[in-house]
Amino acid sequence: MHMADALINPAVGGTMWIVSTGLIAWCAHKLKQTMNDRLVPMMGVLGAFIFAAMMINFSIPVTGSSGHLGGGLILTILLGPYAAFIVIASVLTVQAFFFADGGLLALGCNIFNLGFFPAFIAYPLVYRVIARDEHGTLRAWIAAIVAAVVGLQLGAFGVVLETKASGISELPFGTFVLLMQPIHLAIGIVEGLATAAVVTFVARARPEALFSARLDMQPRNSMQPVLIGLLIATVIVGGAASWFASTHPDGLEWSIAKVSGQEEVTGTEDNLHKGLGQLQEKTAFLPDYGFKSTATETAPAEKTAAEPEQWPAISAGTSVSGIVGGLITLGLAGLIGFALKARRAGV
Amino acid sequence: MSHHIVEVRDLHFAYPDGTEALQSVSFRITHGEAVALIGANGAGKSTLLLHLNGYLTPTRGEVRIGEMPLVRETAAAARRAVGMVFQDPDDQLFMPTVFEDVAFGPLNAGLPAAEVERHVTSALERVGMAHLKDRPPYKLSAGEKRAVAIATVLAMSPDVLVMDEPSSHLDPRGRRRLIGLLQSFEHTKIIATHDLELVVEVCSRVIVLDDGRVVAEGPTVELLNDEALMLAHGLERPHSLRHLHPH
Amino acid sequence: MGLGQWIEIGRLDELGRLDTPVHRLDARAKVITTLVFIVVVMSFPRYEVSALMPFFLYPIALIALGRIPAGCILRKILLAAPFALVIGMFNPLLDHQTAAKVGVWNISGGWLSFASIMLRFVLTVSAALTLIACTGIHRLGAGLERMCAPRVFVVQLLFLYRYLFVVADEGTRMMRSLELRSAGPRSLRLRVYGSLVGHLLLRSMDRADRVYRAMVARGFSGEIRVLRQTSLRWTDWAFTGGWTAFFVAARIWNLADGIGRLFTKGAS
Repeated sequence: MHMADALINPAVGGTMWIVSTGLIAWCAHKLKQTMNDRLVPMMGVLGAFIFAAMMINFSIPVTGSSGHLGGGLILTILLGPYAAFIVIASVLTVQAFFFADGGLLALGCNIFNLGFFPAFIAYPLVYRVIARDEHGTLRAWIAAIVAAVVGLQLGAFGVVLETKASGISELPFGTFVLLMQPIHLAIGIVEGLATAAVVTFVARARPEALFSARLDMQPRNSMQPVLIGLLIATVIVGGAASWFASTHPDGLEWSIAKVSGQEEVTGTEDNLHKGLGQLQEKTAFLPDYGFKSTATETAPAEKTAAEPEQWPAISAGTSVSGIVGGLITLGLAGLIGFALKARRAGV
Repeated sequence: MSHHIVEVRDLHFAYPDGTEALQSVSFRITHGEAVALIGANGAGKSTLLLHLNGYLTPTRGEVRIGEMPLVRETAAAARRAVGMVFQDPDDQLFMPTVFEDVAFGPLNAGLPAAEVERHVTSALERVGMAHLKDRPPYKLSAGEKRAVAIATVLAMSPDVLVMDEPSSHLDPRGRRRLIGLLQSFEHTKIIATHDLELVVEVCSRVIVLDDGRVVAEGPTVELLNDEALMLAHGLERPHSLRHLHPH
Repeated sequence: MGLGQWIEIGRLDELGRLDTPVHRLDARAKVITTLVFIVVVMSFPRYEVSALMPFFLYPIALIALGRIPAGCILRKILLAAPFALVIGMFNPLLDHQTAAKVGVWNISGGWLSFASIMLRFVLTVSAALTLIACTGIHRLGAGLERMCAPRVFVVQLLFLYRYLFVVADEGTRMMRSLELRSAGPRSLRLRVYGSLVGHLLLRSMDRADRVYRAMVARGFSGEIRVLRQTSLRWTDWAFTGGWTAFFVAARIWNLADGIGRLFTKGAS
């Protein structure tokens, strides 16, 4: 899932760099607040451990193939989201430089795809919610598998979005998704199994090694900063990324046109714009934005009429839809989390 | 000058789960003495050493460095006075180069850059490793790592040197070099070790620990020559003393 | 990822500690130049092929001046190629519109963009590898910190690197003792895996505790302090400035095309 530079355009790469470095700085700040200097060597050694663990394979039950640990989820289970994110970022950096596994421009994307989703979504919203404080039980195993799958699915989807937004690969969105998601579903299950296997052992041998055992605050409180962080990240990603991504609508539309035929392209665009228009009408009470004029004046056909794109194409309409879309995603993630929580409470 | 004295008074230590590791440990080590802490595995040697720089806090009793009681507030000062060298050099050499590892202590003590450089250079020269100052630690041999680990502590100009199994994993030449080095140090030395031959050569006094208690204390030759005592506490008479006539 | 790749990291790091004019350049200058390089290369439109060629000068020059064995870099590029290949492969399959003619053959846009992707891949990957090969992780970390990367992150990078081999070594030893006691293939059953990797994890944590103990014994109280600060010299400015000018020029004008024209004009 490590993205190479060759498929990223500087705009997308740059945006994700900003997002990732911002997240790293924020995590560094949060870590400083907890003032746990014991973490310094621990994070380094655990990063080294991940590398070593990647060399060790286990045979996947049922199939004949083998798999190994990726590390994002287990790092978070051991260190908590902030420290784990930094460790994951450092692991990816070493991989990029020494193994040419992922490009430098794409490093920001990779850190986000492989770090943010396991540390800030899969762990707090899925793993902790399902597993609660159990370890080694069926529930804990399921939690690990579901969390790993969610984290990797989101990460894989991130790859798709970033590649499409870059407009270098011709791979149509639909095909790309069909390629990435099932593969990473399998990888996610493998990751979940490996993670659960190790966590089961560690929880029995040394329970205080797990982050959840060291949390002084109640789970509810510790979710708040995570959710706030998620919100900020989503707004940035949704808002900024859509500004930048709209630079290459011609590539996306061009390939859509090539694959799916002209009528479908205009049809899709009409629906999109209809939806956008409705949304914008609803939000027209926001002062000084002038959504409606933007919506009716720039029809998609005109966009593809080879006018030199301004970079970044700042259009309030796109960024609102980006933010709204992002918030919907966040909301969905939260809903899933709460739904699972509610189901547990109901049992 | 009074910082050279290390005193432990009725020290007790129990692990969080309740296991008693040390009970009623008391001793006094004075200026320039070289004392060996010996005992079977699990006797509590390493645990005791960790009290001498404040890393562990006794559950009862106290530790005094010089005339200063070792408590949380005085821990930083204690760590400058008491330099501790641990068993595995890889755990102590964690910076990118030898120079930076040796500079770590002085820098933490707040010394200015020029001072730090002086301390580092003299410490490395003292252990004969000045030529390796730009080497990364993983490129050193076991003996070199051991010497550099000692240098990392020497650079802080401690009054007391505490060492945990300093001769482990050293080849004969490396060990001989270490013994020569230890004999040349004027610091107060407290060495926990299984290497009883080294004890004979370097230390004038011996403290024997068994099951967390001090069971014997006295001049090296006298104690180590006492076969019954040695065998009773999981040790044995060192070979170099077997040919000595007991006085 | 096998033992062979570990030896490779060791090699790359050794290369990073050589002493050549390139190695002596400040890490910041090299990092910025490399980033500019990558951004410019990736800013080309989809079908550009010939204009990318002059950019090979940068990694080649660094490899030559930095005395880095080219085979080392090439091998890593080949190992990393599959991902870009797999994604890029779709382009010729999907894009059949003829974009260029070479003699009798019609070359489709898909093939052009595919070639462009692969060229960019080789360029960007070799730039990154060359950067680490002629800088080394420690100078790179120091440079990143001077460029305001969070201290926690840089320290993390250095500690990770420091204990990479140590932990990998322990893992290798555990695997070896396991292999000596088993008759079958190397893949473990899940329960054994959990136990083995779990043990490795606990040992790693124990080591981290011992390192922490040693750090505290030498006065550590949360901040890793730095000793030497390097300053930028005129060679660093010249390096970055010169190469950036070249990249921009090669972006604006298709130098390969120009040279080609010179030759064809001369020939006719």
